[in-house]
Amino acid sequence: MTTRVGMEIAFAAAEAAALCRIDVIAAYPITPNTHIPEHLSDIVADGRLDAEFICVESEHSALSACCGASAVGARVFTATSSQGLLFMGEVMPIVSAMRLPVVMALGNRALSGPISIWNDHSDVMSQRDMGWISLFASNGQEVVDMIIQAFKIAENRDVMLPLNINLDGFQLTHVVEPMLFPDQEEVDKFLPEYQPYASLHPDHVVSMGTLGAPEIFNEVMKAKDTALINSKKVILKIWKEWEEQFGRRYEPIQAYKTDGAQVLLLTMGSMDETAEAAIDELHKRNISAGLLKLKLWRPFPTEELRKAVKGAKVLAVMDRAVSFGGAAAPVGAEIRSALYDEPDRPLIINEIIGLGGRDVTEGDFVQIVEKAARGGKARPKEAYEIYGVRGS
Amino acid sequence: MADKKWPEIWQEVNPGCMVFMPGNTREYHTGSWRAQRPVYDFPKCIKCGLCYILCPEGCISQDEEGYFVADLDYCKGCGICAHECWPGAITMIEEG
Repeated sequence: MTTRVGMEIAFAAAEAAALCRIDVIAAYPITPNTHIPEHLSDIVADGRLDAEFICVESEHSALSACCGASAVGARVFTATSSQGLLFMGEVMPIVSAMRLPVVMALGNRALSGPISIWNDHSDVMSQRDMGWISLFASNGQEVVDMIIQAFKIAENRDVMLPLNINLDGFQLTHVVEPMLFPDQEEVDKFLPEYQPYASLHPDHVVSMGTLGAPEIFNEVMKAKDTALINSKKVILKIWKEWEEQFGRRYEPIQAYKTDGAQVLLLTMGSMDETAEAAIDELHKRNISAGLLKLKLWRPFPTEELRKAVKGAKVLAVMDRAVSFGGAAAPVGAEIRSALYDEPDRPLIINEIIGLGGRDVTEGDFVQIVEKAARGGKARPKEAYEIYGVRGS
Repeated sequence: MADKKWPEIWQEVNPGCMVFMPGNTREYHTGSWRAQRPVYDFPKCIKCGLCYILCPEGCISQDEEGYFVADLDYCKGCGICAHECWPGAITMIEEG
């Protein structure tokens, strides 16, 4: 039976992972994800979950332990943030190259420096090309749902890839929210036991993580890229199954009041619900605006994006990371590239907003959309800008 | 894939590049990397086995008469054996 529980989202993420009957947890505390492994350690210590909690000495060891545990066929979970993710960086592409379905909750936090414990998306964007599936949650409910979905997606034989669920640091990790929790029986019905494609065992010898000579490297990269692209089909199928069993719908890009909208706003993570309120306010002011909430960052939903922006004049893309010296911010650049070949693409405005925990308000989005609506098809002077920066 | 050196096309790559045939590195003949090869002056060889111990490739073994000889399928021509052979039984000569 589903129950409604008021809980801090980080704790809820731990509870959701426990409902997935994970075998191994290896994580190292770093703000703002800390409460996730901390609560999991309580759950294991209290005897509510039969799992191995490996107290590692660093994030590099955390992900290495996850990699090894997954290779022997365990269901594995980890969590980190910011510099912790960077320290995992050396192991990140290896987990995906070995096609191991490790699931990570990523409490998004700005990269140093200056040292910041607060939210933006510079951590996940730095690991964009590591071959992981990347989902973005708007709220606590989506964190719970996505963690349960994650194991089913990652472990699918047509996927076999690691996956990170992005939840904004503090704005999500530390917020208490009412969430619907499925019970163990419902989760067991949705998520079957993990059946690894292959595992390290002396009875059936296999080598994993071997050398790849130049003669095969192109082919191996093509195979890895294809695996990630093809995972979208499975993600869509599993989201459909989720909707059938639990009634909550998930799509790579979720549209909010976009019918006939001239200006579209595109957001990710905890910005989504603030942006919904902004769209409501804009409608009151008779401004034709709608919202696209990007849930699936990797594999990038190019087709869905092209469909979603049809008919719009302006698309305002919100980024929470800077690609220093780049042609645009990470999401803005991706979207420009995905739409470049479309004959009727909207004008793209790329705003970088909410860096290192700077507040993102409904008023900010209203202002951005109003300006975009007034500007019509006029190209802004710069390819991107840091919104609200003092002195410009 | 089992009887091939490596996947010809990307579709043949095993998921995660997993290798289900243990020890198949032997199929890869690193001897083709060699620029110099060892030649032996057996009358000088005292069969001490120092070259066998120090060969980083592990490609040296004893023949029926007890002489230590490198397997040229795997010998990369590093010359450590010749450098270490104090009776001077091994000389490196240019390939080709």
